[in-house]
Amino acid sequence: MSLENRVTEIIVNKLGVRAEEVSAEANFQTDLGADSLDLVELMMDFEDSFKLKISDEDSSSLKSVGDVIKYLKAHGVEE
Amino acid sequence: MTPGTRTAIVTGAARGIGLAVSERLIADGWTIAACDMLEDRLREEAARLGDSYRPYRLDVTSENDVNTVCERIAEENPPVLGLVNNAGVTRDSLLMRMDAEAWDLVLKVNLTGAFLMTKAVSRQMMRRRAGSIVNLSSVVALVGSAGQANYAASKGGLIGFTKSLARELASRNIRVNAIAPGFIETEMTLSLPEEVRKGYAERIPLGRMGKPSDIAEVTAFLLGDASSYVNGIVIPVDGGLST
Repeated sequence: MSLENRVTEIIVNKLGVRAEEVSAEANFQTDLGADSLDLVELMMDFEDSFKLKISDEDSSSLKSVGDVIKYLKAHGVEE
Repeated sequence: MTPGTRTAIVTGAARGIGLAVSERLIADGWTIAACDMLEDRLREEAARLGDSYRPYRLDVTSENDVNTVCERIAEENPPVLGLVNNAGVTRDSLLMRMDAEAWDLVLKVNLTGAFLMTKAVSRQMMRRRAGSIVNLSSVVALVGSAGQANYAASKGGLIGFTKSLARELASRNIRVNAIAPGFIETEMTLSLPEEVRKGYAERIPLGRMGKPSDIAEVTAFLLGDASSYVNGIVIPVDGGLST
């Protein structure tokens, strides 16, 4: 499964949105209806799935789906 | 509750209120992850209480220690659905004689310790969408106590901490409440001078000091399903001392 698809799957499971809504531009809070705790949990899920640690500082800058994909790639997560 | 299906972490579990709480929770079917610095005492109690009382050496002021031990507890036990932040110390003196070290230590153990534990454990509870956290505050947080400014500040801090987290974690079905024990017969209060203890007892409407088991009963209530709609409150258990 591609990185994009894996990320989408995690978001769909956590937020209960449809996969079509999870575009790269989609903002977690304004487009996908996440609250602040959802965001914390999403980051925890990304950490577990991709075996990395996202610092609190970094996580606050990850506002959209695309931000996360870019971040994961920059931190050595392979396609 | 089916025994062996839920774990509660209790800090300061080797003696006093923490030990009484552990014993009472075991009677309700909880598995206890008993955390304390006093390894020997933990081992002794484990030998007495059996497999439901599982000892973990832990310094609540060490973030590294807290995170490592909480991960181990999660791996080795049934799901962690309860946390009792009970570990606490006193370093009593009048303000003019209180050094910064005594202030810092008490704040660090009593308040920062609860913060570190709650942060580590709430992560597991959020995933499960279930949990109950009980913070052991004190009557001195409500009425003050000359010679205990550091202790009272730490216990008052726990009340604000409790109420904030009650709001923050409620949407994940995690409840956070506090108990404010009055004058309870433990090693901590036995170290006070006889006349101080007598003075306290005289001011208690019920006319007697409390027992650790008095606190344990209310803790068991707040941790269990019987209190499933109780969130963000402070229950004084003090024989009427704070009224």
